[in-house]
Amino acid sequence: MLATAIIVFREVLEAALVVGIVLAATRGVYRRGLWVSGGVMGGVLGAAAVAVFADAIARAASGVGQELFNAAILFAAVLMLGWHNVWMSQHGRELAGSLKSMGAAVRGGSSHMHVLALVVGMAVLREGSELVLFLYGIAASASGQTGGMFAGALVGVGAGAAFGAALYLGLLSIPSSRLFAVTGWLILLLAAGMAAQGAAFLVQADILPTLGGSVWDTTAFISDDGILGRVLHALVGYTARPYGIQLLFYAVTLGSIIVLMRIVNRGGRAGTVSTARATAKSAH
Amino acid sequence: MSRILTTLTLLLAGLGAGLSCASAAAADDTFTVVIKDHRFEPSQLEVPAGKKLKLLVKNLDATPEEFESHDLKREKIIAGKGQATITIGPLKAGSYRFVGEYHESTAQGQIIAK
Repeated sequence: MLATAIIVFREVLEAALVVGIVLAATRGVYRRGLWVSGGVMGGVLGAAAVAVFADAIARAASGVGQELFNAAILFAAVLMLGWHNVWMSQHGRELAGSLKSMGAAVRGGSSHMHVLALVVGMAVLREGSELVLFLYGIAASASGQTGGMFAGALVGVGAGAAFGAALYLGLLSIPSSRLFAVTGWLILLLAAGMAAQGAAFLVQADILPTLGGSVWDTTAFISDDGILGRVLHALVGYTARPYGIQLLFYAVTLGSIIVLMRIVNRGGRAGTVSTARATAKSAH
Repeated sequence: MSRILTTLTLLLAGLGAGLSCASAAAADDTFTVVIKDHRFEPSQLEVPAGKKLKLLVKNLDATPEEFESHDLKREKIIAGKGQATITIGPLKAGSYRFVGEYHESTAQGQIIAK
């Protein structure tokens, strides 16, 4: 039972942390609970479908279908997280303002929620498909311990969800004027970490070169296996032995999103001012 | 028409020969590991260092397994009664642990690069 709980916990952890960040980042957005739970449910259904077709996916693209699939999902999530941050650099102030006036619906918030719901769905799908296959394995082997193993699975899901909830509650304790700055950074690092993880899948598929097999090795301090290593992996893309190409993808993702945020922020401010002027003129 | 056919046949024959050459070359660098009763066989595998290799993992069990190795930075799901090829290396000389994540207590193995 314990072994099952540990495996399930590992698979749930990453998705739960993503959900925790997304929930904090969307504080005050109209109907976000609906969007996020929709994302989770879509992810679970998708995970079941991916598990059913696991063999077909693995055989696709001359045997590297699984790697390409994982990389594609990760890069799509990176694009959406980046888009979220750019959107927030334009609308963040309105959102922080509306938080103070409690519960006000934010205009434009729902199109932005589509994107984050998809990110949640993809995180659940990627981790969930491995979970579904694992649980299927238990059910199929149908030993006398099946009941205990399912209890273990429930404990694992609960423990993973607790980590996500703890992160969410921790973030909520940040004053609302600072909250979106913090979640913005978290999402930035999340996106960069996912890009690096996607690059590793493309190396595994033998499509990208490693550009240095192992640039450093911090296994002795924080190993990839431990809880801290896994939490950091999920949050900021930590890996004890990064490839050179992973560092490159990390830096490029981080840099591009920051630059885009700056550009949009400047444009957005100018836009707001001119709109305000126009409104003032028409009022006269 | 017949000339086109001849050319096509020649081309196909050439392609076939090329492919069989390629697969023969690949076969030298392919190492096979079998999963049976949630154990790897062989559990210790000696491979040449400094070379790109292919690891063919055959899962004879009915249930899926996830081949995972932090040392090799590889993770791949292998369906029940399925198989998968994993490209690894070039490896520095040393030992590299791998496990079947779904049955970690029994499914353990090691690659030794020399």
